[in-house]
Amino acid sequence: MKSGRIAQKWSGSFVLVATVLAWPIASDAASLDEQVRAIRAVAAEGSGHANAIAAVKELSRGDAATLLPILKAFDDANPLAANWLRGAFEAVAARELKQSHPLPTRELEAFVLDVARHPEARRLAYEWLIKVDASASDRLIPGMIRDASPEFRRDAVQRLLNRAEKAHEDKKSADAIALFREALSGAIDDDQVKAIVKPLRELGETVDLPKHFGFLTAWHLIGPFDNTDKKGFDVAYPPESQVDLTAKLPGKMGDVAWEHYVTEDEYGVFNIAKKTAPHKGAITYGYTTFTTDTPRSIELRLGTPNAWKLWVNGELVFARDEYHRGTQLDQYRVKAKLKSGTNAILIKVCQNEQTEDWAQDWKYQVRVCDSAGAAILPSKNAVTTSQLDR
Amino acid sequence: MWNMRYLRASWMASFGIIALTGLASAGDWRQFRGTDTTGVAEDASLPVTWSATENIAWKVSLPGRGLSSPIIIGDRVFLTGSSGYRQDRLHVFCFDAKDGSSLWERQFTATGRTSSHSKMCNATPTPASDGQRLFALYSSNDLICLDLDGNLLWFRGLTYDHPNVSNSLGMASSPVVVGDTLVAQVENDSESLATGVDVVTGVSRWTMKRPKRANWTSAAILNKGPTSDEDLVLLQSSEGLAAVRPQTGTVAWNYKEGASTIPSSVVSDGVVFIPSQGITAIRPPTGSENIEVLWRVGKLGPATPSPIVYQGRLFSVNGAGVVTCGDTKTGDEKWKLRLTGPFSGSPVAAGGHLYFFNEKGEAHVVKPGDDQGELVSTNILDDTILCTPAIANGAIYVRSDKSLWKIATK
Repeated sequence: MKSGRIAQKWSGSFVLVATVLAWPIASDAASLDEQVRAIRAVAAEGSGHANAIAAVKELSRGDAATLLPILKAFDDANPLAANWLRGAFEAVAARELKQSHPLPTRELEAFVLDVARHPEARRLAYEWLIKVDASASDRLIPGMIRDASPEFRRDAVQRLLNRAEKAHEDKKSADAIALFREALSGAIDDDQVKAIVKPLRELGETVDLPKHFGFLTAWHLIGPFDNTDKKGFDVAYPPESQVDLTAKLPGKMGDVAWEHYVTEDEYGVFNIAKKTAPHKGAITYGYTTFTTDTPRSIELRLGTPNAWKLWVNGELVFARDEYHRGTQLDQYRVKAKLKSGTNAILIKVCQNEQTEDWAQDWKYQVRVCDSAGAAILPSKNAVTTSQLDR
Repeated sequence: MWNMRYLRASWMASFGIIALTGLASAGDWRQFRGTDTTGVAEDASLPVTWSATENIAWKVSLPGRGLSSPIIIGDRVFLTGSSGYRQDRLHVFCFDAKDGSSLWERQFTATGRTSSHSKMCNATPTPASDGQRLFALYSSNDLICLDLDGNLLWFRGLTYDHPNVSNSLGMASSPVVVGDTLVAQVENDSESLATGVDVVTGVSRWTMKRPKRANWTSAAILNKGPTSDEDLVLLQSSEGLAAVRPQTGTVAWNYKEGASTIPSSVVSDGVVFIPSQGITAIRPPTGSENIEVLWRVGKLGPATPSPIVYQGRLFSVNGAGVVTCGDTKTGDEKWKLRLTGPFSGSPVAAGGHLYFFNEKGEAHVVKPGDDQGELVSTNILDDTILCTPAIANGAIYVRSDKSLWKIATK
């Protein structure tokens, strides 16, 4: 009798433990949705972590059937949530492969090809797909020359570049030019652009690099305004409230006026120190316009070794007070929204008073592109800043 | 239904912690310059000579780039890397310490800026661990927490939180774990902060403003008692050194006489040796009294490598590759030894020897004596080495961009 009760008790415990252990297997679509929702709710400063930590733990225990729902959850997810989802995806995919379970290759490939999906999720799907089907690379990459994913683009460009270089070596100039041109049409990474442009020019072709990258090459400049002790960064000089290209304004050393400049630099670099004067402790504002036929989201990509502020249509989109820590193409990526018609872009470029040789640069470059880095050009009927000046 | 799930999660978590605790061991090297941030290991059986074919237990290839140091928990080696044209792919690797086989790898995407000096890369800070979790921080200020089996526990983007927290030359400060708090120091010219993160939730217990000045130093830990409750995290900057209580972020004391922004402070026997006006040795206050400056010697000023204290002596490497040995009690110079530099990584010590890896992949093994340092050997790995090596369980672990080596007698 006693042993029977013990057996019954153990039996009950076993059922409880078995039920608990089997819980993830019983997970249904609703709970998967809950987990995804909890993860997508993570935000800055650890917001949403309590629920997301439990959710990612459960989600990471799923099987291959959870992989596609995880990938789909990337759509419109913020960058933090996308990484949480990536973590869950890789945990599941790695475990399935380790246990010699098949990945849903057909579904993964279809997802890779679905350009409406999140570029990072498509790339993630691709990288796990080729672990089990290396031939997918030959099927998928050649069609991705203008993909929204920079990594897909890079792979596609590289394939064309390899073929172009071979044709160039074989003295098949027409083929080489056509292949280099096709590669350039998708190239967004500067190392690949350089590798394409050099032989193209050797073959007698012309390339408009500013247009390729979408650099803004015509600006009105006004300055210098005072930035002694770097204090001018926080001073709202008149151009920050209103741009009047005909105005004379009180500057650091007397009245200053807007002047129009065009840079001939292929990478759109505006060297303020050379175009105006190598002032120290000084600020110059740059103003230009960008016309588009329809409202759209863009990235303004900026490179500068100076402190800066950037406005689009009067709205401050970013500000940064770092001086002389290096500069490079696409150093900063600033998201902005353009309205239909003419959009005003204002930049404040601040020079400090460091005396070292390496601290004399006072320059900037700005380009307009999409999230992959491909140039967005102004509409064909755009009014240029020089036209506005007349 | 929720309770049932919670019950299971708790049970699994308990089981997991038991299992993971079993993985960790006293010989771990859990963060930059070791678990106690001194660069010294108890190991007595390290090799003093090696080459591409001698005393290399294994060597594995790595993708992408990385300057971070490996860390070792039990029989696992963890390492970070970064790859991609924009250095925006973040890697976390786990290798079996016995044979170098890959146990797992995870990849994430940078949410912060990835630009850096060409010598640096996104995977410059060294990860840290509390023995149960791995915390991987990158120059982009992405902070990833995984369990030791590669399962994501949480993910933070410190530049996502604070958009001006970045350095165009790259960030390098490695996080440290004290008790159940991870302290990350992310300092630059535009917006600087330090934050103490609850290791379980990934939420900051505190965040403090720090000096607006580029800073590549890493925190040291001042052990105050038998448990971590009284430990202090020493945050160095151009302004000096702040001793912070990791649980609350309150400042216990503050040395304000300036300090280097590249080599980091080191603690030995309760004395803090700060790269400040050379090296300044201080005795921290135990109560309300002032900081006691024990000595200050300008000639001991280090270049990039952090100083190290070993067997009662302090060793500092200058820009010419000269090691100076100083008396920790007085700062008096005991001897100098010229090595071939340049050095980016910091020296480590174990088994009666100091190990200095230069950027050319040459490792100088030095036996320090009272009156002189003996250069025991110079060992060549024929690759660029910029990291600080790790020591655990009779082996030295060192990495380049392309490779990770375990140096050990077989």
